[in-house]
Amino acid sequence: MEFLGALPQVMFSGIAAGAVYALLALAMVIIYRTTEVLNFAQGDMAMMTTYVALAMIVGSGLPLYAAVPLALAFAAGLGAFAEFACLRRAKEPSVLGLIIITLGIEMIVFGFASWKWGGEPRDMPIPLSPYDGITAGGVIMSYLELITIAVAALTIGALFLFLNRSKAGLAMRATQQNRAVARLMGIRVRRVEMFAWALAAVVGGIAGLLVGPATTVEPYMMWEPMMKGFAAAVLGGMTSLPGAALGGAIIGIVENLFGYYVSTAFKSVVPFAAILLMLTVKPSGLLARHYVKKV
Amino acid sequence: MDMKRSYYEDLRLFDTLPLSLWLGVAVLALAAAPAVFGNYPLYVIGYIAINVIVALGLNVLVGYTGQISLGHAGFFAIGAYAVTMLANAGLPILPALLLAGLIAAAFGFLLGLPALRLEGPYLAVVTLGFGLTVETIFAKAAFFGGATGPAVPAFDLVLVPGFSREQNLYLLIVATAGLSLLAVRNLMHTRVGRAFVAIRDSDIAASCAGVDLTYYKTLAFAVSAFFTGLGGGLFAFHLGQVDPTTFNLMLSILFLAMVVIGGVGSILGSVLGAVVISLLNLKLKGLKMADFEQLPLIGHELAGFLGRNFMETGMANIQFIVYGTILVLIMLFEPLGLYGIWIRTKRYWRTWPF
Repeated sequence: MEFLGALPQVMFSGIAAGAVYALLALAMVIIYRTTEVLNFAQGDMAMMTTYVALAMIVGSGLPLYAAVPLALAFAAGLGAFAEFACLRRAKEPSVLGLIIITLGIEMIVFGFASWKWGGEPRDMPIPLSPYDGITAGGVIMSYLELITIAVAALTIGALFLFLNRSKAGLAMRATQQNRAVARLMGIRVRRVEMFAWALAAVVGGIAGLLVGPATTVEPYMMWEPMMKGFAAAVLGGMTSLPGAALGGAIIGIVENLFGYYVSTAFKSVVPFAAILLMLTVKPSGLLARHYVKKV
Repeated sequence: MDMKRSYYEDLRLFDTLPLSLWLGVAVLALAAAPAVFGNYPLYVIGYIAINVIVALGLNVLVGYTGQISLGHAGFFAIGAYAVTMLANAGLPILPALLLAGLIAAAFGFLLGLPALRLEGPYLAVVTLGFGLTVETIFAKAAFFGGATGPAVPAFDLVLVPGFSREQNLYLLIVATAGLSLLAVRNLMHTRVGRAFVAIRDSDIAASCAGVDLTYYKTLAFAVSAFFTGLGGGLFAFHLGQVDPTTFNLMLSILFLAMVVIGGVGSILGSVLGAVVISLLNLKLKGLKMADFEQLPLIGHELAGFLGRNFMETGMANIQFIVYGTILVLIMLFEPLGLYGIWIRTKRYWRTWPF
């Protein structure tokens, strides 16, 4: 392919990868903006969800359309349980303390999944070949990539509507802005926080279920997407939903452009270099108002 | 209680006579260990001592200065690679180690620059990216030996004539750990250490009180990276090989776990945390089904249950469940870690019947 002619193809692959990052970023943003917790367990909770779906399809022989909702229900339970059992119990937590707790959850989930299912990569059986697809304007789009983008776009759209237009979304925003006042207004703050964790785990789980068929299912599968997702969330400003979606797309495109035009070996570190540059200019991310700490 | 009644009392190296005596005993025991133990116990103690150095270094940053780092495996890797390549280039081991620490410190200074304006998640993502970048560069660039890493030169330093290679290496590691402990302990009682603690408690208030944030924040990163790089350099000789895949995110998290489990912002805590995590790491890595069989009463049923439901090949991952559980429990019940438990026990017995 000639130099610029490949650009649409590279951009398309970048958006497909970015869709997954955007979902993980959204999951982190949902938790961060409701409870101010940085959830490092997001990726491994998604990995666990994918394994559960795999176990239901391969082990129990459930069809895909039954296994996916069940796996997502499991994800919701896992997220809610993590909040209920660990985060809620923390006494006067510091920022570092909360990060440590989520890292602890991450290690527990990672250890459990790789003990239960072993480290061998497995294939996610889907009724689609990764090589089938359509060609439009010289761009090869596999069905899997198209589905990934479509599912991510639908999820993101539904989340926007839900968080900005529904009462529950309003309650979540109120909780973030002022926990005490939200409580006085009759919002069950703890339940809202638990719900935020469940919702985030479902969104992350969707990302996991999209990554699974594209690569293989293994314990480390979500590490890189998770780090990129976190990077995307930070790029977008950690509290902004459009920012997270935009950040995911930017990171996916940037890394694919770099991978195609410069070097594939260092593809995965480029997003972080980009973020470093961006943060030196705008320390609060692209779409967030600058946060000034009160002393 | 532990109240200091005068400034000089605060500056004293050893608070009380019993403490000095116990420290003396510990130093003697560690010095006599090569004469008594075989190679494996020396290997274990050396491994622990390396982790003590790293935990100390990380504690300077996380515990005393209040910055978050999820990328310390990067400094560890820089130290390991720098020592290996400098020694391969013909530098004697001691200068190579020192230089490796300084190189890591230079990178720490660089990482400290963006940290000046960032906190919380933003700092976390930058340090995370730093660790990932270092790991990728070492694994991918041919200059650094690619996926297998460079060959580590033979450890030929002779501290005590007549000692074997392992015994000399052990002495070097333990002596470095001891010196690092002394250095960090004293550093925290100087102007610099006070500035670190002031930044941790409130950086804005500290800067109002005349603490130069630019200088001290980057210095904290550099000091922390220096010790971590030193630990990495010793680790290269200790393991005898440098494998880029060991310096991953999990290692950074383990370092953080040492600091948190031991006790944030405490020297004793760094030591305790490093000891606990290192021992667990060595013990749990080689966990076998047979170990479950040997449990009394439930052993056989448990092993059967695990055999049916879990993969035996994944059994080494139990260590992550254990670390994770400890991390969560420590954060929930004793945020000061093992050091906090130690302090409470001490208080309890001091006033005992009451």
